[in-house]
Amino acid sequence: MAVVAPRRRWLPFSGWHLLLMPTALLFALPLVWMILTSFMPDGDINRFPPRFIPSRISFTGYHDLFNDSDIARWLINSAIVSIVAVVSHLVLCSLAGYGFARLRFAGRTLTFFLIVATIMVPIQLLMIPTFIMFSRIGVIDTLPAVIIPWLASAFGTFLMRQFFLALPVELEDAARLDGCNRLQLFVRIVLPLARPALATLAIFTLLGAWNDLIWPLIAINNDKWYTVQLGLANFQGMRRTEWSLLMAGNVMATLPLLVGFVIAQRHFVATMTFTGLKG
Amino acid sequence: MQVAVDSRPDVSRRRTARGPRRRPSSNAPMRTRLTSHLTGWSFVLPASVIVVGLSIFPAGWAFLISRQKTDLISPAQSVGWANYRLMLDDPGVWAAVRHTLFFATLYVPLSIVGGLLLAVALNRPLRFQWFYRTCIFVPFVASAAATGILANFVFDPDFGLANNALRILGLPKQGFLTDTNQAMLVLVLISLWGSIGFNVVVYLAALQDVSHDTVEAAIVDGASGWQVFRYVIVPELRPVTVFIAVWQAIEAMQLFDLVYTTTKGQPLDSTVTIVYYLYQQAFQFFHYGYGSAIAYGVFVVTMAITAFMIWYSRRSGMEAF
Repeated sequence: MAVVAPRRRWLPFSGWHLLLMPTALLFALPLVWMILTSFMPDGDINRFPPRFIPSRISFTGYHDLFNDSDIARWLINSAIVSIVAVVSHLVLCSLAGYGFARLRFAGRTLTFFLIVATIMVPIQLLMIPTFIMFSRIGVIDTLPAVIIPWLASAFGTFLMRQFFLALPVELEDAARLDGCNRLQLFVRIVLPLARPALATLAIFTLLGAWNDLIWPLIAINNDKWYTVQLGLANFQGMRRTEWSLLMAGNVMATLPLLVGFVIAQRHFVATMTFTGLKG
Repeated sequence: MQVAVDSRPDVSRRRTARGPRRRPSSNAPMRTRLTSHLTGWSFVLPASVIVVGLSIFPAGWAFLISRQKTDLISPAQSVGWANYRLMLDDPGVWAAVRHTLFFATLYVPLSIVGGLLLAVALNRPLRFQWFYRTCIFVPFVASAAATGILANFVFDPDFGLANNALRILGLPKQGFLTDTNQAMLVLVLISLWGSIGFNVVVYLAALQDVSHDTVEAAIVDGASGWQVFRYVIVPELRPVTVFIAVWQAIEAMQLFDLVYTTTKGQPLDSTVTIVYYLYQQAFQFFHYGYGSAIAYGVFVVTMAITAFMIWYSRRSGMEAF
């Protein structure tokens, strides 16, 4: 089982398939069942043995979901949170990452140390004071309460700094001799080179912001401002066992990332490969 | 805005050679130094304010709250270390710690071994490799909420796929998430399903860096496939393994979302994890002071475990961090 491809191509069937095929099916089947169930008519559900293939395609689940819940609104809320989070992360973390990597100013080391130290602080420790702080400034139970903590992150700043440190300085020197100031240099020369790092940052931020549950759960009470994850988690309690409806909700909450992931899969693995995630 | 932060001699020499753009005057160095400070800060300030302002500052505040009795409505009373003493005597805390440790001791090793095994398998040039990779990564993208709701359906004792699979195998029906003895085990399985993709991706990335020469040399020397794996690949991957172990241990200590969307701590509080307990205390019973004390407890224990793992890996000569 060497990692390099040995010259044993004459083994057409590999024993690895015996491991991988069942595992792959085990991982994929629940999601396939989720999608199929969302299209099942009422009669197909809550029976044993369960149906895997719908007897006919029915949109009752989706119809009821959009009629009985505010899912459209929740999806829009989640989209707003995620888009603001990704854009803000890309701008603020790359600026800060570049500043910490290349510029010299008083307090740089201390500030960077503080930022890295915050990676250690878990969300549970922060949520009570942040909840109190946001209540006092009056943003609790509004969308900004969910958005503000996603504007920038220590992880993003650290990731971008590591990337910029690895870029050769010579390119920037040449541009500076041509009279570029730091900002022009950053936008025209450095950012275009940083695409793989920016893609990684965007993917992680999107995943985190779209899928977040604990913070919206604490910060939001009014169902008008639910994100789609919070909306579904709470809606589930009211409509237990209405599985086609719940699975339709699951499909709506998962599909945007799922489609994006399948399209970008190669790129996704490549960017993960590139990052300092390797420790 | 010309910033002279560089002291490299060739740069300054060329600059003067280009003409009298900036005549050196007595206060020029001071002005350029000020500009360079301002430029630096204008790059890093927004992100720094958000990151530090939303973590260091609240973390300090959380400590003050942890020494108070407060429900945010009546005025807070200072109670000294009473919340921490209460925590040590609270059977609810210890039950939650036991549940969390039970989860972590199963989840962390299984996710490492499983992730490594799958990564090694997926690293081989196989037919359907793209299909396998997609299937194994995709659950990682699903949110904890969606995963939890789906798990409720799959493990539904009456109508779920899991009991159907047992029926096909001729085994008796199980209660799964409704059974006090099984609920935590099922949560381990669901978590593995949802997050092993992460470990696989990280290991796959690391496998690209394993030296082909070393592997080939070992093969030439007559090492078997297992020996190559055991004595060449596993040692080379050690730093990554430490990273994954620390990462997943922290994730396991903080298990919350999945509990919230599946069992809500039931049946009979058998799946109340420490963070779920903290959430209940603070946001359902409004014991914010006590909740903050528990949060500090979790923080300190997490730090200690992380520090121990890093110390242990350093001592064994692995350069992980």
